[in-house]
Amino acid sequence: MTEDDLRGMIEQVRRRKLSRRAFTGRMIALGLTAPLAAQMLTYSGVAKAQETFIYKPTKRGGGGALKTLWWQAPTLLNPHFAVGTKDQDASRVFYEPLGAWGPDGDLVPLLAAEIPSMDNGGVAKDGMSVTWKLKQGVTWHDGKPFTADDCVFNWEYASDPGTAATTIGSYKDVKVAKVDDHTIRIDFPKPTPFWADAFVGVNGMIIPKHLFEAYKGDKSREAPTNLTPVGTGPYMFAAFKPGDLVQGKLNANYHMPNRPYFDTIEVKGGGDAVSAARAVLQTGEYDFAWNMQVEDEILKRLEASGKGHVAIVASGNIEHIQLNNTDPNKEVDGERSSIKTKHPFLTDPAVRNAINLLVDKASVHQYIYGRTGIDTADFVNAPEKFVSHNTHYEFAVAKAIKLLDDAGWKPGADGVREKDGVKLHAVFQSSINAPRQKTQEIVKQACQKAGISIEIKSVTASVFFSSDVANPDTYSHFYCDIQMYTTTMSQPDPGIFMRQFMTSEVATRANKWQGRNITRWQNADYDKLHDDSDHELDPVKRAAMFIAMDDLVIKDVVVIPVVTRPSVSAVGAGMHVPLSGWDSNFYAVQDWYRDA
Amino acid sequence: MSRYLIRRILIAVPSLLGISLVLFAVLALAPGDPFSELATNPAIPPSVQAALRAKFGLDDPIAVRYLHWLTAMMHGDWGFSFVSRVNVDTLILQRLPVTLAVIGASQVLALLVALPVGVYAATKPYSAFDQIASTLAFIGFALPTFFTGLVFILIFSIQLNWLPFVFRSDLAATGLTWWWEEIRQSIMPVLVLGLFQGATWTRFIRSAVLDVIRLDYVTTARSKGLPESGVVLKHIVRNALIPVVTLIALQMPVVFGGAIITEQIFRVPGIGSLLISAILANDTPVIMAVTFVFACLVIIFNLIADLLYGWLDPRISYR
Repeated sequence: MTEDDLRGMIEQVRRRKLSRRAFTGRMIALGLTAPLAAQMLTYSGVAKAQETFIYKPTKRGGGGALKTLWWQAPTLLNPHFAVGTKDQDASRVFYEPLGAWGPDGDLVPLLAAEIPSMDNGGVAKDGMSVTWKLKQGVTWHDGKPFTADDCVFNWEYASDPGTAATTIGSYKDVKVAKVDDHTIRIDFPKPTPFWADAFVGVNGMIIPKHLFEAYKGDKSREAPTNLTPVGTGPYMFAAFKPGDLVQGKLNANYHMPNRPYFDTIEVKGGGDAVSAARAVLQTGEYDFAWNMQVEDEILKRLEASGKGHVAIVASGNIEHIQLNNTDPNKEVDGERSSIKTKHPFLTDPAVRNAINLLVDKASVHQYIYGRTGIDTADFVNAPEKFVSHNTHYEFAVAKAIKLLDDAGWKPGADGVREKDGVKLHAVFQSSINAPRQKTQEIVKQACQKAGISIEIKSVTASVFFSSDVANPDTYSHFYCDIQMYTTTMSQPDPGIFMRQFMTSEVATRANKWQGRNITRWQNADYDKLHDDSDHELDPVKRAAMFIAMDDLVIKDVVVIPVVTRPSVSAVGAGMHVPLSGWDSNFYAVQDWYRDA
Repeated sequence: MSRYLIRRILIAVPSLLGISLVLFAVLALAPGDPFSELATNPAIPPSVQAALRAKFGLDDPIAVRYLHWLTAMMHGDWGFSFVSRVNVDTLILQRLPVTLAVIGASQVLALLVALPVGVYAATKPYSAFDQIASTLAFIGFALPTFFTGLVFILIFSIQLNWLPFVFRSDLAATGLTWWWEEIRQSIMPVLVLGLFQGATWTRFIRSAVLDVIRLDYVTTARSKGLPESGVVLKHIVRNALIPVVTLIALQMPVVFGGAIITEQIFRVPGIGSLLISAILANDTPVIMAVTFVFACLVIIFNLIADLLYGWLDPRISYR
């Protein structure tokens, strides 16, 4: 798919021959993100989608209690310290960003008066700055006004390494200046095509200057407001027990009319996903439960009680298989899987393509994940496939066998193929998680039929995903031939996601295996495309570059996507809950309501 | 007596030091990292994680970290949780009331069931009552709490819809309604834990009483013409209680430690659930504090058990 194809599709959207949602869907299938797709449409002058969610309540409050379950309990309420989704979601009840990402990747203004664009002059033509106009008349929960000073302070606070903020990545390279009381300008060090990072989404929640000013830098941990948030959100802080419960009550001065609907909100943590699903879908004790990592079979059975339903929102999580480009069994300069080595057989394109043909994605979807994991050809792209909205991929053992035969891999006495003394014997690792072990088994059986012997290895999740430099079993060490896990592409900008295939990002001993390029694949064309995309200001041209990068990745079978994993929540009967796969679960908590 | 006490306390100090050293070493050697969730998120640069590790002193050698921890602990500073950045003592104190109430109630229930049933079963061995009590006791401790817990939820919450299965530490009600709600939500966890414990204790008390009941002085007491109730209470139970006291005293630290599995099933925000979530998140300061307090309590209650022996059996003296 080239730039011209993209422009053609955008034209179709403009003429309403293609729906916005279908366009976004295809862009996601190409490995792009919904926010980038929306940016392309806005840039090309296609009008924003009509808001599909209608907020019915005509007065503030009166909705009683909103009870939600997060089976991983929130542990802190300062958005700049958030370690995971649970903390970001809990903070989002009280704090708000300037803008949030809607389900189709559109930016929705919250504390901003409007979303900056080139048309309204907010986004500079040279890509060097963006100007945000703040909403007027917004007050903090303690009555003080929300102004540009608060935004500037959040930048100072988060970018100070002493604060140890987890949001530092969004703030450290930019400069934020106050233009007037309700206008700020973000200056970038170089032309930046994707400007909506600081002050947007989960990393963009804004804390009040007057309460945190004294606790910037090394004293950040001592702020009493870390545990008793004072924000601008629809609910005011009531109580917090780390690891157990967050409670909020209606903010009578909230800046949006008739909102919020509920009088109190509660985020209860702990327990497990299955019983959380039960409490919403079967007994109706709770109104909403987050992240239902539960087998679809069980969810369907619980849904049958009619007390609620399962909400599935597309997001960018992809369960994928990685093939090692380096030799995990040879040690060079104190590290295995060193980029100075070459994998004995996985560098042979025939073997890579054969393995790609041996992953039975349909069975993985049908028998393991159900609605919670949809088989995907994502990343796999050829223009004609997209035009016909195709999710075509192949599972063909015979074809794989032929590929291997033609490449000279002959079956040995034990049925395992070999060539020049190299046997097709691979170690396949993943984290311990029932669906993953079942998927490993499916791949193993197909490979055995084709004469590739697979040894399954499973590692405890806490080890597999740790950054322990001394532990050889982490995913970033990749001391085996093949591995599988879910990569999250929930970042609005695919540029960050695509870094994982750059040569400069290869995980090595030198960078303590913190590089993002786990497969150690190296390609000069890819690196150049990515560098160019960092400066390209036209989102359509930039998207075409990303697609070209994807082509390179797919041609070499660097990774094999298995299933996309949408975000799955349990929603009580009568509840209206707008959800987005690109932002916090509470991205629109002010709009939640229940049929009276 | 006081010399004995002082000596015991002095012996306790090196054992606590040893325990803390072993705990710390095991935790330091265990795999995992409190910031691993940051590592898999491509939006967060690796330098952020490295800076956090450096700031919280995770990159120092184990010996240095242990000395830091020890000196801070001596000053009464328990450190702060890496995950929530809250002081560890605050976290523990928040969880303590619920833990003591739920686990304490279950231990009391266990004792209330085990003591009369065990004693009565022993005084009438192999009677119908003894047979039934023994059978129930065997069933009781053969069924693990995670199983009975789920069965209780299925029956009482889902089929009958009588009891809530999510424990709430924030009941909005006051006065009598509050007590009613509190009891309603505590019944299932207390029953699950109490009956399991009670089953074990019933067997233990029965055999302890059986050991004593055959001794000569019991026969003597009976032949003196003492009423049966006096024989049982003053001569049999008092002497049979000595091993039982040890057992119960050693059980008391468990009350503090909470019940990891049961708390998880019913979402009781107790120390057990704090410990398990800290372990899953590799939150070393919290794990260290909870396990260390646990070790201290084991030592203290051991001492209390030893002192109680003297009260129950004056022949035991302290030297």
